[in-house]
Formats: sequence, C-alpha cells, structure tokens
Amino acid sequence: MSLKKVHDNQPKEFKFTDGNLKKAEEILKRYPEKNKKSAVMPFLYLAQKQNSNWIPLAAMKYIAKFLSMPYISVYEVATFYSMYNLAPVGKHFIQVCTTTPCLIRGADKIVKLCKEKISLNENEISQKGSCSWMEVECLGACVSAPMIQINDDYYEDLDEKSTIEILDSLIKDKPLKPGSYRGRNNTAPEKKPTINGENHA
Amino acid sequence: MLKSENKIFKNLYNEYGWEIENAIKRDDWKDTKNLISKGREWIINEVKTSELRGRGGAGFSTGLKWSFAPKEVGSRPHYLVINADESEPGTCKDRDILRFEPQKLIEGCLIAGFAVNAHICYIYIRGEYFNEGKRLQEAIDQAYKKNYLGKNACGSGWDFDIFIHYGAGAYICGEETALLESIEGNKGQPRLKPPFPALVGLYGCPTIVNNVETIAVVPTILRRGGKWFASIGKSKNTGTKIFCISGNVNLPCNVEEEMGIPLKDLIEKHAGGVVGGWDNLQAVIPGGSSMPLLSKEICDTITMDFDSLIENKSGLGTAGIVVINKDQDIVACMARIARFYKHESCGQCTPCREGAGWMWRILDRVVKRKATFSDINLLSDVTKQIEGHTICAFGEGSAWPVQGLLRHFRKEIESRCRDEPLIKKKINNPYLVDQHLLENKNA
Repeated sequence: MSLKKVHDNQPKEFKFTDGNLKKAEEILKRYPEKNKKSAVMPFLYLAQKQNSNWIPLAAMKYIAKFLSMPYISVYEVATFYSMYNLAPVGKHFIQVCTTTPCLIRGADKIVKLCKEKISLNENEISQKGSCSWMEVECLGACVSAPMIQINDDYYEDLDEKSTIEILDSLIKDKPLKPGSYRGRNNTAPEKKPTINGENHA
Repeated sequence: MLKSENKIFKNLYNEYGWEIENAIKRDDWKDTKNLISKGREWIINEVKTSELRGRGGAGFSTGLKWSFAPKEVGSRPHYLVINADESEPGTCKDRDILRFEPQKLIEGCLIAGFAVNAHICYIYIRGEYFNEGKRLQEAIDQAYKKNYLGKNACGSGWDFDIFIHYGAGAYICGEETALLESIEGNKGQPRLKPPFPALVGLYGCPTIVNNVETIAVVPTILRRGGKWFASIGKSKNTGTKIFCISGNVNLPCNVEEEMGIPLKDLIEKHAGGVVGGWDNLQAVIPGGSSMPLLSKEICDTITMDFDSLIENKSGLGTAGIVVINKDQDIVACMARIARFYKHESCGQCTPCREGAGWMWRILDRVVKRKATFSDINLLSDVTKQIEGHTICAFGEGSAWPVQGLLRHFRKEIESRCRDEPLIKKKINNPYLVDQHLLENKNA
C-alpha cells in the first residue's frame, strides 16, 4: 500500500483531447458493455499521459462520469496503484529499483548519485532539466541489475560511470538510449567472464 | 543438462528475431489447426500426461486446473486470463517471453482458450513492462493479420480474441483473484476462495488464470507429445523451466534448463559461478523473494524442483534465484525484502498489513544493532501470526523469508542483538511503533 499525497495546485477542468477520446472508445470495445468500469485503469493512463505524467482530481471526476461510476471508486483505484502519479513529476521521471537483487549489485550507489545530481529528496523536481527521481520496488529485470527506469524505458546493467552519463544526458535533455550498458545481448550470459566486483556500480 | 533440441524457448535472447515470420520458422503455429481438431479431451489429457505444473509459483497441475472449467458453456461466457504481472523480486522470465517469444504465448492462448471454452483472453501485464506490452500488441496484430486470431482463428472454427490489460505497479495483482479484481476496475485486493475462479472468476464467469510461461510451453508439448515433456526432468517435476540467476554471480542470466538440475551446476555452468568462488557463498533465495533462503550446506547438494525444495522447507516458486555471497549483509538483504512486502501489502487483512511493517521494523533494528534478544522471539512470533491468517498467500510470502532467515542465520542475528532494554527514553527510535505511548504519562 503506497502513501500518496494529492497535489495542492489542482487544475479546475479536465477533458480528453479528441485523439484520446478516440483511444478511449477503442479501449471500451475490449470489455463487455455492462462492465465498462474495467476501462478505469487504461483511462487513468490516458489522463496521465495527456496531463504531463500526473493525474489531477478533475481527471478522476471526468473519468468517473465517463464510465458512470462513483468518483470515490476512481479515486480508490488511482491511489491504490503506485504508477499513477497524483502530483507533478519531472519530464524525465527516473525510477530506481532498490529491491534486494538490485541492492546487492549496488543500487544504493545509484540512489546516491540521484541525490547528488538531481535532488536531495525523492519526488522533487530538479532545477536544471526538470528531472525527478524516486525509489521503487522490483521492476522485474533482476538479471540486469542494477537498473533504472526512465519514463517507459529500462536502462540496465549500470555502474557508477554509466549512471553518471545517463543522468547528465537527462539534465541536458538529450537522453541516451535505453538497454544494457554493459553491451550484452538481452539476458544472455556474457561470453567473457568478468569479476563483477569491479564491473558494476 | 538440457539438450539443445529439447529447448522450448529457442529465442530467449532474441538471436533469431521475434517477428511472426521468424517464429514460424521456429515451428510456432505449425499444425495448430490439427491440434485443435483433436478436441478438448485430447488437449487436456495430453497436458495431464506431460505433468506440467504451473510456472507462476504455486506449482499446481495445469491439466487439472483446466479440467475444473465447466464442460459446457452455460449462461455465462468463459474467460482465459494470462498472468503477466511478474513482480516477484528475482524473477524476470516472463519479460523475455513477452519480448522475444510472443507467438508461443499467443498460440498457447488460442489452444488453452479452446480447451477451456473461452472466446476471450485478457493478458494482464504489469504497467512497468510498457515496451514489452507494446511488443506483444505488435505480435498480436501480426497474428490477426495472418488470421491466426479473430473469427475462425487459424481455421479451427473457434473465434478467439486477445486483449492486453496493463497493471499499474501493484505486486499483489499477481495473485489471481486480485488480478481479476484489477481487470474489473477495482483495487487489487484478493477475494476469498472458494469459490475458485474456475467457477466464479472474472465478471462472475468461469475463468482460468495461468502464468505466461505455463501457457507458452503448451503448444510445444502438444506438438511433441506429453510423454516427451514428461521424460525431461524428474517424475512429478517434469519439463523445462526458465531460471533467472541474479545477485552475486559472475554472469547473471536467464537460462532454460530441465527441472531437477542441481543448483550448483546452474550457478557454476550457466552463471559463471559465485563472485569470489563457491566457498564465498552465503545463501541462495531459490524461487523469488517469497521463498525461504537456503544455507550454503543445502546449496551444495540441492536440486531445483518443486518437491526437493519443499523437503528443505523452501520452494521453487518462480525459479528466480538470488545468489548472496559473504560480502553482503544477509540481514540487510532480508530487511529490504521485508520492506518490499510492507510496501506491497494490499491492506485488506490486518495480520499482513500490520505484521509486514512490524517484521521490517524489527529487522531494520537488527541491521542498525539496536535490537534486543527478546526481539528475536518477537519476530518469530510475528511471522507465525501472519502465516495462515490471511485471505491470500501474500501472508506466507512475507513471513516465510523471515522464517528462513531465522532458521539459518539465527546466530548472525543474535550476534547483533544486546541485552539492554530496548525502551529507553533517550533513544529516539522512529521505528518503534508505540513510541508515542512512552511520552504519555498515563500509558
């Protein structure tokens, strides 16, 4: 259960754009007609995408009306799931996995770098380059640990040097490519054995 | 060791391309129409013969599960739901199937859907796997283009549609009833069982929920025969399995191997050995974070299958192997897992909601060397209070790793505890739950 605070400054109105309305109609077709409530999660994603990666209360009210369900049920869903941001996040939203498999390969060093480069506290938008970061639970790329997720993309097999490069590129607003930063082929074992005490963060 | 011709997931590392044309070259969608025309009974029997056990963690017989679905469709439609909400720390096998072997999953969905009388399948992918979901959608679109899905799918006379539903970062939605709640548009809180989803599931209709890997191996089993699958591995623990080896190994990787392979072989031959050598091994979590860890003595000889791990008071779970060597602080590692469970508890049952935080706070005190000896018994007591007193298996999942730690590393914990009473007013310990009581004179 995650604790999430609703942002103080809320926009008064929210409406899906025409493009998103079309997408919403498409989404509704996936579920039986009497169960359109199922579309609440995809709709919240749409709203989040439209509103620069966070969901205002007005959007929840709008979705509740759209799906003819109580506002509180939408609110419940939006606050239950951790991927719905209820307050603004940076344009480059960095999520650092710190669960055990990443931790034992040095995720704490990545957290330290985020604190130095971006902001001292989690969920603070940085002055330069509008980045923000937070610690998250397992992102499901454990054999590529340590790793971070920036917006939708996974950056894997990191060490201190590559993390600094990636964070710097974000601050300059020219993000590097996602993928493995040890140059390996997906989750295959690397051909050359390396003693990873030195090779990861 | 698994022979290369027996490998099911040949494209696990995307060496041959994931697109449908390449997948067809690897024998996906070969004779699917034929397989389906042999009928439901045959499919379910063949899966039963293969002794395939669910790959999502519980290890329940897949053929048996399918046979629970009502034989005839009544007033309510049947649903097939695929659980791709892979969030167990240490596990990342489904991600590779979604990315690189999507056609195996899609074909499996069609066959399984036919076997359980379902026309509609929902694939529930965790929200973080946005790119993997996009890839799967592309693969589904390719399959639609070839008429492998949709009306009269693959010429079998069976109408079949697949839809993707994204989760949004809740570990608990990997529990099947919580997953169904989530698709219905509610908070992901598990339901009481019975009734089981096979009779009352999604929208109150009969629903079969299976893991990605389970469904993805079905087409190959049917093509090569249940007996072939049963001949790999050990009896009752048959077939191949994708193992994810992470943590302090030289070459962390995903690898498909036969069930019942010795853990030592897996780590030394595939993952390049433990960092600092085998003697530097401290403990191994054999099946994702919710399975109790194994000490080095057990790791020397253990084989990786459901039954022999249960004998050692652990479990195969999702086969996410986390190797922890002696350079790591084992208590800190387990405290982090306890924090994970504290964060992910859905909050429905009190023992789990409160107990998970309790376990984390005590373990955190041990790491900071602020715990007393009585804390150890308290910790053990809390784990027993959670286990078996919750609606879903999350309670066990959070309590077992701590029990495993107590079983194998009690001395290590004791060496960090002290005799002094914990409750001293001078120590401002923010993790103490009833700190506020101390400040109240009437307490």
